[in-house]
Amino acid sequence: MAGNREFFNRRLHSLLGVIPVGLFLIQHLVVNHFATGGEESFNKAAGFMEHLPFRIFLEIFVIFLPLLYHAIYGLYIAFTAKNNASKYGFFRNWMFLIQRITGVVTLIFITWHVWQTRVQAAFGADVNFSMMENILSNPFMLAFYIIGVISTIFHFSNGLWSFCVSWGITISPRSQLITTYVTIAIFVALSFVGIRAIFAFV
Amino acid sequence: MMSDKKTVRFIITRQDNPNSDPYQEEFELEYRPNMNVISALMAIQRNPVDVKGNKIAPVSWDMNCLEEVCGACSMVINGKPRQSCTALVDQLEQPIRLEPMRTFPVVRDLQVDRSRMFDSLKKVKAWIPIDGTYDLGPGPRMPEPKRQWAYELSKCMTCGVCLEACPNVNSKSDFIGPAAFNQVRLFNAHPTGAMNKAERLNAFMEDGGMQGCGNSQNCVQSCPKGIPITTSIAAVNRDATFQSFKNFFGSDQI
Repeated sequence: MAGNREFFNRRLHSLLGVIPVGLFLIQHLVVNHFATGGEESFNKAAGFMEHLPFRIFLEIFVIFLPLLYHAIYGLYIAFTAKNNASKYGFFRNWMFLIQRITGVVTLIFITWHVWQTRVQAAFGADVNFSMMENILSNPFMLAFYIIGVISTIFHFSNGLWSFCVSWGITISPRSQLITTYVTIAIFVALSFVGIRAIFAFV
Repeated sequence: MMSDKKTVRFIITRQDNPNSDPYQEEFELEYRPNMNVISALMAIQRNPVDVKGNKIAPVSWDMNCLEEVCGACSMVINGKPRQSCTALVDQLEQPIRLEPMRTFPVVRDLQVDRSRMFDSLKKVKAWIPIDGTYDLGPGPRMPEPKRQWAYELSKCMTCGVCLEACPNVNSKSDFIGPAAFNQVRLFNAHPTGAMNKAERLNAFMEDGGMQGCGNSQNCVQSCPKGIPITTSIAAVNRDATFQSFKNFFGSDQI
């Protein structure tokens, strides 16, 4: 099948954004939400995730490799667009632009977040409630995390909509419109979960 | 008779040859009732004088049918790509700004070269092969409701407006553009055309084909013929999904 690498790359990018990266995002936000139940509740949940057997393989194959591919190919996609939302101000064209902006913001956020937590853990730091409490006590970091989390959730929710179109799941204008509403609901719901968890550390 | 003559102002982006820099010229024309952009351009052609009274080279543009079915006279009018034959001066804000559709190579002034669109029709085999070494017979019939449905898709006149509006059709990307999706869907829907469905899809899935779509959906908003382009895009995406699964997992690739 020579000559259709682009097709494969693009579809793989679309798929990985939802499975496994999107699923991991939901799981991560849900585990974070244990913070609303107090320090002990969060540490117990985080500890459970931390002590999953074969954790390093789960991390590599479910998180890091798919995320790395999605991020690098996504950057290429983002920078091959010639955005024209100021000239063609249609709703979907704005979503197209915001999808690219949030993609880049999310990449910056996640890179920093991985450095601050997972990489520090590899250096011997303990990833627990007090670590997050410490990070988020800085008002600049708090704002950065809120923007980062909202941006990530937006990118995922709107990406779900594009996923449905790119794979040919939603074809009719009506199904695409209803999917827009559904993805807005997902955005609001996940943002609630994410932001509530952040403020549990403050 | 009214004393003051009503006039129409135009600002036209011009370019002397494909490699020279664009520049703008301003024109003031006598208003006539029911003027459209083409009749204004014709007036400039008859009397090529700009607003300052300088004699200039007449503005060149493409046109053919003058009834919005050929697609030749597309240009960017007040920021929107559309056909100049149906752009009525009475409905446009003045000064009326005319620019070429820069997504395509500019030949001269408002004239662009839309060859890439015709090349893409060849790439996706947007035709129905009926020639053989013997009489192939009448072929399967198309149900009337389906014919009426397909007629809407067949209204595409390769005018280039959807490519001009698309953020992903540009010099950095090799995306084929929205119009081709609709052609693949149209010819795959035809009972005889469907016999070459896999061939068409496989050609479309090759590099420089369908994969550059980013779902900005400007195409469907901008199409002068109201073609459901994004529906065609999603429908062809589904067909391509199945085709790629067949190619990889299946035994019957046709």
